[in-house]
Amino acid sequence: MSRKLLEVENLQAFYDLSHVLQGVSISVMEGTVLSVLGRNGAGKTTLLNSIMAVLKKREGRILYAGKEIQSLPAYKIASLGIAYVPETRGIFPSLTVKENLEIAARKSVGTTNRETWNLDRVYQLFPQLKDRAQNGGAQLSGGEQQMLSIARALMTNPDLLILDEPTEGLAPRIVQEIESFLTELKKEGLTMLLVEQNLSFATSLADQIAVLGKGQIKWVGSPQQFMKEMEIQHTWLGV
Amino acid sequence: MYSDPTFLVIQTLNGLQLAMLLFLLSVGLSVVFGLMNIVNLAHGTLYMFGAYFGIWVYNLTESFWAALALAPLGVMLLGMFFYEILIKKLRNAPPLQQVLVTFGLIFVGLDAVRMSWGNLATSIPKPEIFSGSVLIFGEIYPSYRLFIIGLGILVMLVLYFCLERTRVGSIIRAGVDDREMVSCLGINVDLAFFGVFCIGCYLAGLSGVVAGAVFPVEPGMDMSVLILTLIVVVVGGLGSLKGAVVGSLMIGLAETYGQVFIPEYASVTIYALMAIILLKRPGGLFPARAVQ
Ligand SMILES: Nc1ncnc2c1ncn2[C@@H]1O[C@H](COP(=O)(O)OP(=O)(O)OP(=O)(O)O)[C@@H](O)[C@H]1O
Ligand SMILES: [Mg+2]
Repeated sequence: MSRKLLEVENLQAFYDLSHVLQGVSISVMEGTVLSVLGRNGAGKTTLLNSIMAVLKKREGRILYAGKEIQSLPAYKIASLGIAYVPETRGIFPSLTVKENLEIAARKSVGTTNRETWNLDRVYQLFPQLKDRAQNGGAQLSGGEQQMLSIARALMTNPDLLILDEPTEGLAPRIVQEIESFLTELKKEGLTMLLVEQNLSFATSLADQIAVLGKGQIKWVGSPQQFMKEMEIQHTWLGV
Repeated sequence: MYSDPTFLVIQTLNGLQLAMLLFLLSVGLSVVFGLMNIVNLAHGTLYMFGAYFGIWVYNLTESFWAALALAPLGVMLLGMFFYEILIKKLRNAPPLQQVLVTFGLIFVGLDAVRMSWGNLATSIPKPEIFSGSVLIFGEIYPSYRLFIIGLGILVMLVLYFCLERTRVGSIIRAGVDDREMVSCLGINVDLAFFGVFCIGCYLAGLSGVVAGAVFPVEPGMDMSVLILTLIVVVVGGLGSLKGAVVGSLMIGLAETYGQVFIPEYASVTIYALMAIILLKRPGGLFPARAVQ
């Protein structure tokens, strides 16, 4: 029986004077992919940063596996089994590719029977990273950086993977590659919270779509329903 | 005399000796700066306490080596105490507040030393095996100075190994790059930072003990060294071991050569050097993080 792995209730987030998230509630069922869509500046990154406690000035409740996490520091939230691939990718330029991966290595905290991620398995999935193992993090192309960021997140053996626009600024071929292995991860039963602007990518991967506009959730439903909602797409995504 | 190669070698060794002391002092300060953006002006005070603790232990045990082993640990405990009651709270404070509070600590330290040990200059006796001299190109040279150089190189190698080859080292380098991202991987960066802070205090104490056998141990001995240390940190670039190594070598040698070869400009040589380097590279020579 599926349960809510992540629940965000009435989340408010602020930057100095601006009130960016105004009561956002979403939930991600275990083993499913929720995709949050929204225009530039809608508050998508702010939502993810709030969940990870990268942004600390926020109100509301955030529950992970039924437990409140909004008052925990980022490292404790992450160590519950949440991995974050931020919009900026967060590659450490002073570390080699291999060190970037090794620093994240951790055993799974959950009770899943998914196969464990380690250096070998990650290199199998991303052979380019193996070729670049001794290169500095700063010497990678945009696509390689994105792969490294995802690979590094997997090294923590997460139960929930949070991704912020993983396809942003990448060539179509690489977008396809990323789409295919995220699909693989989904098949393995990994729960994901995915922020995207690329509609076809998001709708093909997601089980649920949530539309964020002006700091509030404007619509929630299945990808099939979403494709029919021309009005929603037009008003909140500008398509 | 100036063109005499032996004289040059001797002065270079003197410069290296100063460089090693500066390295021990600056490396902790620089990495703490880089990792947590904390300005700790009281770092020199830890150096002074290292020297006084060293004398204290020496008087109890009559052993230089006991002083060298124990005094830095005492300084580290002192550092940990101030971390808990003050520095921790300054973590997210604006730089001016950090500067003012840690500047205040300098005076507290100065008075504490005066009250505990008085105003007179003393020193730590050198250990027996390094109390003599060696001949270098026929010139007599105190062997203790070579010991300082050797110790400095040893610490450099150990730190290099820890920083480049261990997991904790990776965490520290990554933390300097992007602290938030390290946390998001489930790693307690604050703990790593605390460790680095402690090691920085330990090394400041170590340099105090070592210097206490060549320079007078007196209240205020921290000030001159603090300024040189800050110059090393700024010239070398924040947060990097390489910067601390290169910065201390440059400043240690420039200071020594300046005093010998151009004594009339000795007081400005290192400032001039710093100004030139900062004009070319505002972030210093090897900053860990690119300058924005
Ligand atoms: N550090 C900050 N300080 C002040 N305002 C900010 C900050 N970061 C974001 N904002 C503002 O908050 C709003 C939401 O930003 P956010 O980055 O969450 O949007 P987004 O949906 O992720 O956009 P994008 O699609 O461009 O990534 C925007 O109006 C932005 O200008
Ligand atoms: Mg964003």
